[in-house]
Amino acid sequence: MNLALKEVRQNLGRFGLTAVGIGMMLMMVMGMAGIYRGLIEDAILVVDRIGGDLWIVQKDTRGPFAEVSRVPRTLVYRVQAVPGVDSAREFVFHTIQRQVDGKPLRMSILGLSWPRDKGEWLPLTSGRPLSRNHFEIVVDRTLGFRLDDRISLGKDTFRVVGITSGMVSSGGDGIGVVTVSDSQAIQFDNVGEALRLERSARERRATDVDIFLNQPKLVEQLSLPASRLPAVTSPQISAVIARMSPGADSEQVKAVIAGWGDVSVFTRAGQEDLLLQGMVDKARRQLGMFRMLLTIIAAVVMSLILYTMTLDKLHSIALLKLLGAADRTILAMLIQQAIGLGTTGYVLALLIGRQLFPYFPRRVVITTPDLVQLFLIVLLISLISSLLGIWRAMRVKPAEALMG
Amino acid sequence: MSEPLAIETFRINKSYGSGRTEVLALKEASLQVPKGQVVALLGPSGSGKSTLLTIIGLVLPPTSGQVRIDGHLVVDGSSITTNLRTFRRRHIGFVFQKANLIPFLTASENVEIAMQLNGVAGRRARERARELLNEFGVGERSNDLPFRLSGGEQQRVAIARALANSPDVILADEPTAALDSQRAKQVMELFAKIAHQQNSGVIVVTHDHRYLDIFDRIYEMEDGVLHER
Repeated sequence: MNLALKEVRQNLGRFGLTAVGIGMMLMMVMGMAGIYRGLIEDAILVVDRIGGDLWIVQKDTRGPFAEVSRVPRTLVYRVQAVPGVDSAREFVFHTIQRQVDGKPLRMSILGLSWPRDKGEWLPLTSGRPLSRNHFEIVVDRTLGFRLDDRISLGKDTFRVVGITSGMVSSGGDGIGVVTVSDSQAIQFDNVGEALRLERSARERRATDVDIFLNQPKLVEQLSLPASRLPAVTSPQISAVIARMSPGADSEQVKAVIAGWGDVSVFTRAGQEDLLLQGMVDKARRQLGMFRMLLTIIAAVVMSLILYTMTLDKLHSIALLKLLGAADRTILAMLIQQAIGLGTTGYVLALLIGRQLFPYFPRRVVITTPDLVQLFLIVLLISLISSLLGIWRAMRVKPAEALMG
Repeated sequence: MSEPLAIETFRINKSYGSGRTEVLALKEASLQVPKGQVVALLGPSGSGKSTLLTIIGLVLPPTSGQVRIDGHLVVDGSSITTNLRTFRRRHIGFVFQKANLIPFLTASENVEIAMQLNGVAGRRARERARELLNEFGVGERSNDLPFRLSGGEQQRVAIARALANSPDVILADEPTAALDSQRAKQVMELFAKIAHQQNSGVIVVTHDHRYLDIFDRIYEMEDGVLHER
């Protein structure tokens, strides 16, 4: 006869409600781990899917995901000329926040190096990659658009031609994929008044610069958008991505490019490490601390509940002792109930979590090792939580069964 | 005395507190219960009856004196000479004023648990429990939890539990206090029957003087002093 089960059977309602409460707390612990896993997966996923063996970025910056990086567009040709490089392409990445149809839209924009890269590698769930140089966009499903939707960004309107899955930035924003020139048009879009002021400022500056004095024809170019003025404006792309030729030594190529004074080079693994150690690490530590706090709170709550449950059956415990029950019989009952409560809470957390997590704004990734780890933690806190009740139960004397 | 003794106490003293606050609850209490006999322990409230019963039941240690159960010296002075819980579950059955059933176990399980703690479990325990409950007229309530049973039914389940391990000694502390006179008489007769049939020694603490004719011996206690009537 299992005394723990018999007692639970008698107090099923209370046990069930308590288990639901514990389960909700464990679900939050589970969710924290899942959000952390999601952060890592999202961060690495983009780097992995974009491909490329080397990332060439602005000197002394950490690449387009960690901070602003600007390199000249002509860098593509310099990289391509290095022995061992099979191909090089432009990479533009930035995040925008605009009003679309009266609602705020936050989206990371990824520019593809048209026509070499049309996005065939994108994880499409519907639609197709880009087929035109302008005004087409492939968006992640988290952004909420459907095929053929029209999105106004800047002065242009883009048609949604493809929907991807799992293409989100490390900040959790869905990625919209356009060509490099479109991404720059979006990035450098400005209102007419600002453009007019910038143009007159350029014309004013041109009167003091030798090159414009020597080549008056250049002045005509000053009215072009900044993105189309390579010689006189800031660098315009975020990075250059290089793919190695088969058999080429990427470390050697990296050393050659790193020797240039204006750029820094990272391998794909290096870029992933930067993402994890830089951006995700703080979030990981933050989530880790929340997990720890929640685990401690769950243990404290469980302790109090188990202690109260023990107090409720002190008379039965005294009676069992009077009937000759060994301490280990009482201990087994209390520990089994504690583990039963923890395990039931854990199973409820898993079941409820699986239903709720998909509706969270950020991806929650539940992995088997995390589940196993949490289960072991639950077993441990169940045991620790039962200590207070056990201590009280062990102090009960058989004579107490004879009282009132 | 020639009959073998189920219970024997010798010059039991029990005091609570110390110095000026010391209270002597039992004074040189000596008692003998032969096997197969049922003995009444009478006395007003606070006279020390329950204290003596708990000392015989190995629940409280005496300050001094000896207790022998079925010939075994189990208490000598304030020292215990055996594993109390093991000895208690093998040799002693308790019946209380209130039935004191475990609330989360059914009637049958309340009887079975006493056997399970003594190493008898499963089908054997179930059959024995059913047998005892049938014998005491509560067989049809086997699967009911205590709160569904009347006071009399609960007390009969408690008696079945006390008998489950066929103990040498049964200690009953005012077992009829919560029962009507008809049920009380039945319970008293049941104790006499058990003592005679199982050759056990039974002590019944009672205030009820109506059924004294069923007892083989009667002890009276007043202010901690015990004497045979």
